[in-house]
Amino acid sequence: MMSLRLPSPTLAALLPRLVYLLTCLLVTAEALAQPPVAPSVREIQKRVVKVYGAGGIKGLEAYQSGFLVSPEGHIATAWSYVLDVEPIVVLDDGRRFESTIVGIEPALELAVLKVDASDLPYFEVDKELDAQWGDPILAVSNLFNIAAGNEPASVMQGTIAAVTNLDARRGTFKTPYRGKVLILDLIANNPGAAGGAVVDGESRLIGMLGKELRDSGTGVWLNYALPIDALRTALGDIIAGRTTTVPKEENPVLRRDQSHNLTTLGLVLVPNVLESTPAYIDAVASDSPAADAKLRPDDLILLLEGQRVGDQQTLIDLLRRIDRRDALSITIQRGNEVLPIRLQP
Amino acid sequence: MNDRLPPPAALFAASLLALFSITPFCPAPVSPAQDAATDTGSVAGPIQLDPLLQSVEQARVAAIDRARPSAVSVFVPGGGGGGSGVLISPDGFALTNFHVTSPAGTFMRCGLSDGRVYDAVLVGLDPVGDLAMIQLLGRDDFPYATLADSRRARAGDWCMVIGNPFLLATNLQPTVTWGILSGVGRYQYPSGTLLEYADCLQTDASINPGNSGGPIYNAQGELLGIVGRCSFEKRGRVNVGVGYAISINQAKNFLGYLRSGRIVDHATLGATATTDPDGGVVVSNILESSDAYRRGLRYNAQILEIDGRPVMTANDVQNVLGTLPSGWRVPVTFRYDGITKRVPVRLMGVHRQDELLAKMSSALPPPPPVPDQPEEEKDAEEKDADGNQDDQENDDEAPQPPDRKRPRPPSPHGGAKPAIPKSVSDLIIPRRGYANYHFNQVQQDRFIDSLRNQFPADQFPADAESKSTAWTITGKTGEAEVKLSVADDQFAILVGETAMQATKRSELYDAVDTDSIAGILPALDAWRTMLKLGPRKFGEAYYQGTMPLGGERPLHDCMIGLYGGMEVRWLSHPDSGLVECVEVFADRDSDPAELWILRDGDKISGLELRYGTDVALNVSISDWKQTETAQP
Repeated sequence: MMSLRLPSPTLAALLPRLVYLLTCLLVTAEALAQPPVAPSVREIQKRVVKVYGAGGIKGLEAYQSGFLVSPEGHIATAWSYVLDVEPIVVLDDGRRFESTIVGIEPALELAVLKVDASDLPYFEVDKELDAQWGDPILAVSNLFNIAAGNEPASVMQGTIAAVTNLDARRGTFKTPYRGKVLILDLIANNPGAAGGAVVDGESRLIGMLGKELRDSGTGVWLNYALPIDALRTALGDIIAGRTTTVPKEENPVLRRDQSHNLTTLGLVLVPNVLESTPAYIDAVASDSPAADAKLRPDDLILLLEGQRVGDQQTLIDLLRRIDRRDALSITIQRGNEVLPIRLQP
Repeated sequence: MNDRLPPPAALFAASLLALFSITPFCPAPVSPAQDAATDTGSVAGPIQLDPLLQSVEQARVAAIDRARPSAVSVFVPGGGGGGSGVLISPDGFALTNFHVTSPAGTFMRCGLSDGRVYDAVLVGLDPVGDLAMIQLLGRDDFPYATLADSRRARAGDWCMVIGNPFLLATNLQPTVTWGILSGVGRYQYPSGTLLEYADCLQTDASINPGNSGGPIYNAQGELLGIVGRCSFEKRGRVNVGVGYAISINQAKNFLGYLRSGRIVDHATLGATATTDPDGGVVVSNILESSDAYRRGLRYNAQILEIDGRPVMTANDVQNVLGTLPSGWRVPVTFRYDGITKRVPVRLMGVHRQDELLAKMSSALPPPPPVPDQPEEEKDAEEKDADGNQDDQENDDEAPQPPDRKRPRPPSPHGGAKPAIPKSVSDLIIPRRGYANYHFNQVQQDRFIDSLRNQFPADQFPADAESKSTAWTITGKTGEAEVKLSVADDQFAILVGETAMQATKRSELYDAVDTDSIAGILPALDAWRTMLKLGPRKFGEAYYQGTMPLGGERPLHDCMIGLYGGMEVRWLSHPDSGLVECVEVFADRDSDPAELWILRDGDKISGLELRYGTDVALNVSISDWKQTETAQP
């Protein structure tokens, strides 16, 4: 005779929780000889999209995943090099769209794209969900770009192994994200999976798969997701149009001697040799606003007054619209940190 | 909608929970634990599980118990690697991957979960689909898997993989990994130049090196597919959550071909297709020599269905074609000029045979390092798949030279390839183009036995081989009298007032090539000759495998014989063994003569000659006589 055994004390703690979850959900128990993982896998797949953009060289994949968060075509995805160009989005039904990056939140590694469509299936993000370790989950993404065209995204199953912070040992993981993450017990974070959806047993969105991260000490690849609770505010603001990183066209271009430019701020950028050269700082003039704000070479300017600085030309254009007597707020990336900086003329 | 969600969601939780709580290998039922479990207040005592959890877990345990006996651990003798496989018949036929058997050649050793090791011999190879058939020897009551319908599998279904990852099953107990289907109907581009995975299954159940060739089962323990390849990238050759399996429905299409002992090829339409931006899939290029062209498929025609499966994209087309064997005839539905047509189309091979063999040998992995090989190089060589070297030795049932391999002492390092036991080597006949010609002979014998025991041969005296025979068949087409006679180099057809005669097979070739009604003669004479001489003396003759008849299932056995520059195919019913159609191909690029056999009970009541889809002659038979001729 075989009795039920519990492999470890931690599982003993886990069991009552899942049994509780089960009994909460239990309505009818019969006729379930062959239960699918979730009845709505197909419905989840319809909310996940394929994102194609920059990359394709040096082991950098030119694709990632995303998911719809509004019926009008707002798509949450991971903020990454793939978005260095305006990305192409392919929906589950195979429709192909050119998308606009309507918002980025570098500190959350979050970007929101918008495609011109309506009545799309989407995940609701406005409810508070307390995802905890032990919860069964599905991860849906286009890892390895297996799905093309109208093929549905790949579905994987597993459990949240832990909810924890990543920055316990600084520099171990190269990410600017500082909040809690969901550590997963499945191999979810493969090339192309970043931006995929993580849902619970009731098909509710509880997280977004993060970019590939590797423990710099041990070489172990991390499987994790950013909890949707951490992204909710930023997502909500962007979807509602309260914040956007799209350049505000209404500000007029000022006269050259009235507007800011790189010289007034004391910034020297790396040589602008590409079609879209990133706004990396090459040098900082002494006794300048930039020097006062302790900007350094190799800092990357991401945002200016909340607007995305995709390349140097964008930065120069944006500066032309700001009075040189005004203070500026910028967001920069320095190593694995995303920092807000105020430049005072 | 919402009220239907909770139970399966709960089961999802329940299944996961059950995974943790009970080792899946435990065969004992869980319910007896209930008595002990009623003591819920005690922390130390066993926890009482919800009955739903228990039933889910019991179902899983039962499915694993049902599935595991059919899983095979394949080992290449001499430590050259291995993999997994799965038994599909009680007489030991099993499926595995081409790339698992290729390092072994024709002989391998296989372990089952009953703890026993069996010798196994290579049967057939499908290098493009990465499939191989082997036969385990020594029993006629092997446990075998129930084949599922993989078309019904959906992303999200629970599934399990049982096999021999990292060749861990040295105790012969296979490893069970559990997961879900991550995707179905996946298409994986040919890796290198040969392998193509069409309409395959993707799973997150752990698949590692050594799982190759093994089974993936559904949650009921039915066989869903054959595990093949994985997405391995920068993380090394271990599971990264993405494994692929060849669907069992594809394997079902190839079972008959693999049983033939041949090296088989996949199908192509002879046309390319692209996805139309406005929806649908259209022909972008077509070979005028293809059967598809002869049936009316043209540039810009919209393809709607192939083999009964709707196609919407170019990928769909490849997903269907990639699962079909070369030489099959399947229904194709297309729309052209506003007219929708459903026609049977003969599919071409992707490769010419030489090309397939060349690509196959270049796709073979380098032989595993052999640390110690004492003066036995010749023995090792003869295990090449092509191995022409021992032709004379293996000619028919010529006795093997007294097992000269036996005296070899076992290598202390296990490195040298061990001798093939006599019981196995008796079942191996190397021949170019074949994985193992022995199995083709087995099928040839089955065919000729059946042919000799059905009408008209069962009406005639048995030992006619030494004598010359002639067939005279009389009947009517409409009101006209028909007389058909075939004998060695004497062929004649009389229909009403029209008479045709021939004395050479080349004249019959021309008759077929010009779609003449005399095309009925080579079909009948080949039949007569086959009965008289049998497949071994007929000329080149071999068993092709199973294929649809006229584009329709069930799959019929197909025997091929070369007759005067023509290729003659006998298609017999899989159960009765009765020949239902004889096809005679003259030129590859024109329609064959099809002789359809109409039966009334055991007797043949009518013959119908067709070219393409047109009937050329329809004869109701009144008499079928065999006479002995005076000629030598």
